Amino acid sequence: MEGGFYTLQDFMTYTKGITYLIMIVSLFSITGFWLFLTDRDTDTQSPEHHKTEHH
Amino acid sequence: MSEKTLSVNKTLLTPFNIFAGIVLIIGFFITVLRFTKGLGAVTNLSDNNPWGLWIGFDLLCGVSLAAGGFVTSAAVYIFGMKRYHSAVRPAILTGFLGYALVVFALHYDVGRPWRLPYPFLVQSGTTSLLFEVGACVALYLTVLFIEFTPAAMEWLGLKKARNIVVRLTMLLTIFGVVLSTLHQSSLGALYLIAPSKLHPLWYSTYLPVYFFVSSIIAGLSMVLFESTLSHHYFEDKMDETHLKENTGVTLGFGKAASLVLAGYFTIKIIGIAISNNWHYLTTGYGAWFLLELLGFVALPCFLYAVGVRDKNVKLIRWTALLTVLGIVLNRLNISLIAFNWQLPSSERYFPHWMEIMVSVFIVVVGILVFRFIVTKMPILYEHPDYKDNH
Repeated sequence: MEGGFYTLQDFMTYTKGITYLIMIVSLFSITGFWLFLTDRDTDTQSPEHHKTEHH
Repeated sequence: MSEKTLSVNKTLLTPFNIFAGIVLIIGFFITVLRFTKGLGAVTNLSDNNPWGLWIGFDLLCGVSLAAGGFVTSAAVYIFGMKRYHSAVRPAILTGFLGYALVVFALHYDVGRPWRLPYPFLVQSGTTSLLFEVGACVALYLTVLFIEFTPAAMEWLGLKKARNIVVRLTMLLTIFGVVLSTLHQSSLGALYLIAPSKLHPLWYSTYLPVYFFVSSIIAGLSMVLFESTLSHHYFEDKMDETHLKENTGVTLGFGKAASLVLAGYFTIKIIGIAISNNWHYLTTGYGAWFLLELLGFVALPCFLYAVGVRDKNVKLIRWTALLTVLGIVLNRLNISLIAFNWQLPSSERYFPHWMEIMVSVFIVVVGILVFRFIVTKMPILYEHPDYKDNH
């Protein structure tokens, strides 16, 4: 990107713009990841708790 | 010689003990050399590279990998996750030994180690980051020592003193979290002063945040890694509660580590975007950075998640090792590999074999002390006189 920006405003607009886009993508992907991580959660306590839930 | 003595002698001569003995002897001679002939005799440090392996590995890795103490005690005592209680004492012990060895290693690295207390007594520059790190490490080492003492007091039978210290648990935990937040981030902030020396992919104004967040990952993973080793070598020392809670600890810590790794991955990407450093990713250093980011952050994040979903304890334990290696790689990248990256190769730093040997010596000392304490004191089991008395 060398030579692509002539003012600090140009640089900030570009980098902040990309950062905001990444943050929007992250919000959705981390929510999805959280669901992936926890969707088989039945045992939020301990293995003992787990056992008693299933028996 | 009686049969009993013979069997004791036989068990003492294990491969690890022989290795440890050799390392201790070599370490002793290098220590004598270091303190009689000076830093120049045993290190490759120079004006360009005044901080070498002893800072990059012993201090930066030591402090981050010792974060399990504050992470575990915060989870149990502040957030009330009592189901992880059996993990607290091993984590506190690992943390205490980690910090004690950091200070021990600093005596080798600092030119005039007897001046280590100077920041508190002589200088007036309390706005220095290094002062903050020094103050926090000194205070937190004291906190960890006090947090560790109940185990030693139970072993020594000092019931009254032990009960007084146990009453301070919450206060000590809060101190631990505050001090750790301060100095884990300040260690990263130390590198903010060197934007022209550290490669742009690793240099970021978010370095303090990166160091703090990655220390939580390091702490969680180190508890898992240490628990794996303890299960292998000290299972006979563990009581029923410890063994029963272990699967829950592994799954819970694995899940937490996975989520924090996902957050860490995101803020690392944001760091590249905010500085517009994308073009560096296609260079040699970029490939090395991507290896660290994808191989030691994204991959363990995914593996932890799969391990938690499938309740695959073995996978989580291997992932903990991968993550610990990733933290070590990150700290070495920042302090050594990507540091002074623009210098010609003849000016670059590579540790002297005696520096490496001192680091190995310090790790071996840590393992031996850990083994002694775990064998003698109630770390992996509850003392029969204090059952459920926390």
